[in-house]
Formats: sequence, structure tokens, C-alpha cells
Amino acid sequence: MARALINVPPKAKRGEVIEIKTLISHTMETGFRPDNTGKPIPRDIITDFVCKYNGQEIFRAELFPAIAANPFLTFFTVATESGTLSFEWTGDSGFSATESVNISVE
Amino acid sequence: MTRAAFLLLTVVSAGVAASAADIPLGERKSGYDFMAPETRAMQDDDTANPAMLWVLDGETLWQRREGSAGKSCADCHGDARTSMKGVAARYPAFNAARARPVDLGERINICRTEQQRATPLAFESKELLALAAYIGQQSRGMPIEIADDARMRPFLQAGQDMFTGRQGQLNLSCAQCHDDNWGQKLAGAAIPQGHPTGYPLYRLEWQTLGSLQRRLRNCLFGMRAVSYPYGAPDYINLELYLMWRARGMRVETPAVRP
Repeated sequence: MARALINVPPKAKRGEVIEIKTLISHTMETGFRPDNTGKPIPRDIITDFVCKYNGQEIFRAELFPAIAANPFLTFFTVATESGTLSFEWTGDSGFSATESVNISVE
Repeated sequence: MTRAAFLLLTVVSAGVAASAADIPLGERKSGYDFMAPETRAMQDDDTANPAMLWVLDGETLWQRREGSAGKSCADCHGDARTSMKGVAARYPAFNAARARPVDLGERINICRTEQQRATPLAFESKELLALAAYIGQQSRGMPIEIADDARMRPFLQAGQDMFTGRQGQLNLSCAQCHDDNWGQKLAGAAIPQGHPTGYPLYRLEWQTLGSLQRRLRNCLFGMRAVSYPYGAPDYINLELYLMWRARGMRVETPAVRP
């Protein structure tokens, strides 16, 4: 299971713009590098990231081999209601990781 | 104690003779001070610092029972947040059984083989770096303090000789860059003073966490000098000298560097 670090303010005012930061451990192997024997190392990257706010998609990203290891994605949303932000990363070789955090909106 | 008195005391108790080219204690800067604001922000925010991923792994490994003794680090040392506070700030430290200094990574492996009866972790392995980062983090903000121990002197001197001695095809010494020309640019990158305040650290160029020995190999490669195998006594001596040179500076582990 990949390690992930999520930074979402635990509390926000209704209508406030909040910043969400996500960091996940992943090698993001490009597929272009040879190993010690000259054989290419197969590509192993995260290809998709989705963030949902109470089930509704608010942010999506496609990732490519040029993105560095341990991708750090940060984005903004408007705090509308209390609930859960869920995060899902999917990638090569069946890679899948999910995280969720709660936010309370006053 | 006033700052001046503290500095005087440090100079008097110095383990090796200060050479003329040494950076005055008050003018020392961490590599952090040479970084771009964006890279500093990464290090300052624990949810943006990728090295924290290793620290989290280290926290898990600390609790995990290993080896034929079936002991975890926590079984002997308890809560790392109290027992490991300040430990990384005083390594490399003298190991009486081996009659030489050992660095933190080696100390972890001594515990693994002698206490846990497990196989030692490979140099630069994810597990060893994770444990070193977790232990190092417990000293964050504390001053580096290398014990003034007579038994350490010859090793400290050997480290200083390596730092000031010219080597490699470019006939360069560490001191020529890090004492004499710090703050200048080398191929567009700032030359820092070379204080190992944040190891193991996340280097953006490596896209992973790495030890001080890995960084030293990097420098030796750049100097077209022969690099030693991981764990070689030459590295430990140099690590010891560099930590002594950075005495009093704050531990930043786990740091981020470009």
C-alpha cells in the first residue's frame, strides 16, 4: 500500500476557497530507462488521479512519464458542505490507492 | 551564556585545529539558505515534504518485530519520540566495541544484527533510510553536538585531512569549493558550505531519499575521484569531520535539497 499525505483544512467557512495538497509515494518509472543489463525497465506510473467531494468529482488529473517520483498535486475548491473528500490514484500494473478525509463546514 | 562566550567555549574545546580557511562559526549557513523559496516551502511543510513518506515508513518499522530474537526497536528503546531525541545530532559516535566511530545507519545495523539477530539492512535500502529518517526527525531543531572524545581525535583528523586534501583527476579538495568558494555558482547551482544538517534527505535530483554517503559519492564523482564502497571508514571519518564542522547548527532531518 502506497503511503499518502493529504493536507485539507479540517474546518472551513461556507463559501471559502480551500487548498488541498496531496502527496503519494510512487517511483513513477518512465519506461525509458535501461537497467544494468541494458534491458528497458517497464513503465510503472500513476496514470489517473481523482478527487471527489461528497461523491461528486471536483478535480481530475492525468499523469504522464515526465512527472517526477512521489507526485505532489495541489488544487483548490470551494467549501460548500461538511462531508468527505475522497482521493483515488490509479496506475500501471493495477496500481490503486485511496484515501479520504473529513471536512466540517460552518 | 552569551553567544560570544558559547562560541569561545566551542573553539577552545575544538577537536581538531582550525585552519585559516575555515568558515567562521557565525557565518555558517545550512544548504537550506541557498535554496529557492519553492524548495524551502517543500521542506517547511510536512505534508509537502516527500521525505515524510519515509518517516511514516520508519515509524512502522520501529514497531515491527524482526530477526530470530523477535524484538522490535520499540521493545528496547520504547517511544522513539522521547528515547531517540537528540541521538542523530550526536552521530557519528564512538563505538567502544569496534574502537572506531560509527554513523547512524551503521548503528541501526549493529542493533539489527546484535539485538534483533536479523540480517543487516542494505546501504541505501528503503528500510534503512526510513529508520534513519524517523530517528533523525526526533532531533529536528536540536543543535549538532559531536562529543569531544580523545578516542575520536585520530578519526576526526583523518576526516579533516580528507576534506582539505586534493584528490581525483581534477585535483580538487572539498575545501576548495565548500570553504573557499561557497555562495558562488557551479554550473548554475549554488555551492553550499557542505554542512550535513538534514540527512537522510530528499534530493529532487535523485527523486528519492538518500544518505550522506550517497551525497559524498556524488561529490567524489564530480571531482573525478575514486569513490569508496558504502560503509567504508573513509566516509565515516569525513561524515564525522563534517558533523563536527557543523557543530551547533540545527538538525533539519528530513530535509529537501534541489
